[in-house]
Amino acid sequence: MMRKLLPHPLFSFTLLIIWLMLVNKVSVGNVLLGAILGVIVPILTAPYWPGRPHIKNHFKAVEYALVVLWDIVLANFHVAAIILFKRNKDIQSKWVCVPLDVTSPEAITILAGTITMTPGTVSSMLSADSSSILVHCLDCEDPDAVRDEIKNRYERRLKEIFP
Amino acid sequence: MFVEFVISFFIVLAGVFGLVGSFGMLKLKDTMQRLHAPTKATTLGVGGVLIASMLYFLLVKGSLSFHELLITIFLFLTAPVSAHFVAKTYIQAKMKPEQLPGSEGEYGWAIYDDPPAYYDND
Repeated sequence: MMRKLLPHPLFSFTLLIIWLMLVNKVSVGNVLLGAILGVIVPILTAPYWPGRPHIKNHFKAVEYALVVLWDIVLANFHVAAIILFKRNKDIQSKWVCVPLDVTSPEAITILAGTITMTPGTVSSMLSADSSSILVHCLDCEDPDAVRDEIKNRYERRLKEIFP
Repeated sequence: MFVEFVISFFIVLAGVFGLVGSFGMLKLKDTMQRLHAPTKATTLGVGGVLIASMLYFLLVKGSLSFHELLITIFLFLTAPVSAHFVAKTYIQAKMKPEQLPGSEGEYGWAIYDDPPAYYDND
C-alpha cells in the first residue's frame, strides 16, 4: 500500500522542496500543494522508474557532491586555459574507454554527468550492456591516466554510495 | 561598499568565463572539441551571475532567494544530458566504428550494437 502510494519517498520529498524553492515562500498552502505534487508525480512516473535506488551512505553522497562541485570550478579554469593559451595543433583530443564497475542505472547516470562536468572530459556513449563508457578528452597525453582518475576519484566513491 | 565589490567581482568573473566559452566555440576545430567549451567554461559563467544575484538579494535586499540554487541544479542536470545527446548524434552521423576505441566488453557501443535481451523484461 505504502509502496503504491509513495513509490519513491525521497523523490516525493525532493519535489516538495523544489516546489517550495520555486515559489520562494513557505506557507501552509504552498506546502500542501507541494505535498500533492510530491504524491502525484512519482505515481505518474513510476512505470518509467521501476527500481528503488538505495543510498547506502548519505554522508558519502554529500562528500561526493562537494568533491564534484570543487572539480567543476577547477574544470572551468582548466578548459579556459586550454582554449586561451594552447594553439589548436597542440591540442590532442582523444577517445578513452572507461570500463565500469558500477551497475545501477542511477550510479551510471551520475557518473556520466560528473564526467561531462569535470576537467576536460565529455561522456559520449555507453556500450550496449552499459558495462563501459566512451569518454572524449579535450586535451590529454595519457588516456590511461584519465581512465584511472575517473575510476579512482568518482567511481570508487559512487560504489560506496550505491551498493 | 565591500558587498558591492564582492558582487561585481562575481559578475565580472562570470562575464569573463562566458566570453571564454563563446570564444572556444569559435576557436576549436571540430564538434567534439567545441562541446567542451559550453559544458564547462560556461558553468562558471552562469554560476558567477547566480552567486552574485544570491548575494545581492541576501545582503542588499535582505531576502533569501532560492531561485538561483534551482537554476544551478537544473543546469547541472541538463548540461551533461544535452552534451551526451550532441556527442552521440555526432558519432552516429560523422564517425565510423573504427575511429573509436573498442568497448572492452562483450557488447559494442550503444549506437552500433543492440542491448542484451534481458533489458526488455526489466
